Amino acid sequence: MQLCLAHKWIAEQFIIANSMKHVVKILTLVVAITAFWIGLLQTSVVPCSHTWLLPIYFIVSLGCYGLLMVGIGLICFPTCPQEALLLQQDIKEAKEYLKRNKIDVGSD
Amino acid sequence: MEEKSKNKFSIIVPTYNERLNIALLVYLVFKHLRDVDFEIIVVDDGSPDGTQEVVKQLQQLYGEDRILLRPRPRKLGLGTAYVHGLKHASGNFVVIMDADLSHHPKYLPSFIKKQLETGADMVTGTRYVKGGGVHGWNLMRKLTSRGANVLAHTLLWPGVSDLTGSFRLYRKSVLEDVISSCVSKGYVFQMEMIVRASRKGYHIEEVPITFVDRVFGSSKLGGSEIVEYLKGLAYLLVTT
Repeated sequence: MQLCLAHKWIAEQFIIANSMKHVVKILTLVVAITAFWIGLLQTSVVPCSHTWLLPIYFIVSLGCYGLLMVGIGLICFPTCPQEALLLQQDIKEAKEYLKRNKIDVGSD
Repeated sequence: MEEKSKNKFSIIVPTYNERLNIALLVYLVFKHLRDVDFEIIVVDDGSPDGTQEVVKQLQQLYGEDRILLRPRPRKLGLGTAYVHGLKHASGNFVVIMDADLSHHPKYLPSFIKKQLETGADMVTGTRYVKGGGVHGWNLMRKLTSRGANVLAHTLLWPGVSDLTGSFRLYRKSVLEDVISSCVSKGYVFQMEMIVRASRKGYHIEEVPITFVDRVFGSSKLGGSEIVEYLKGLAYLLVTT
């Protein structure tokens, strides 16, 4: 019985999470992280001076992640110069076919 | 095999001043889709260069049942062009592609194959995986594209790698469903389509495509486009 209720609860949470607007999901995440941080401040498991700096570390690491991802993306940007040549061949072939079939596409 | 034989693909191509490109595109589509039932629906927004006359000549050559010309009186935007073309589509699948040959018809068979293998509701072409790629972009264009992508992925978690590409195959009913809830324009429109499809729980698959920008620098992004993009991102955050 209890297990059944638990399952139902999980299913309900899942439906709620799915129907949540995305901004709410992100805010929930932010609230959860903030709560965790306040918890750390209250219990002083780690020295308070360190805990106070955690949000700054968090924001800096988020920024680093973004820059790193853009950097990796730029370095590994897939390019295809050979495709441009293949396309020119295809265009030539198509133009010849169109000309044979008297379709006027202009001089360009 | 049986399903393959009864599938029909409607390829919707919005055009504006593409008299040469539409003829090249039609030739290449017929070259690469040999054993497939398909139709090409050209939605022309009153091009002054005679695009519609060329399409009529192509109809004579290939048949009016294979190439449908469904013009509109003037430029009315990309999103509504798809809606307009969709009204005339008789296939159970719809392909959306650009007329300027930046989307090459040779990839159409891989879209169809992917759909058949996975039973996906939507197959989207991606430029950012192995086998895909872009040609004709300068460093600035690449940088903005990557930046926009990282931002969108961090904020929206869409589950697909290429959000702003517009070479896509949809199950017709899925396109009808998704397009009815989309209001954005330009780049954001393509992003809104795929994010909404993903949120609605549709099965999305990806295939690599290459994107050749023939007019160098034509797709450069200015400040106003970036602002529009950021607004679009914020809009999608609060509405999806």
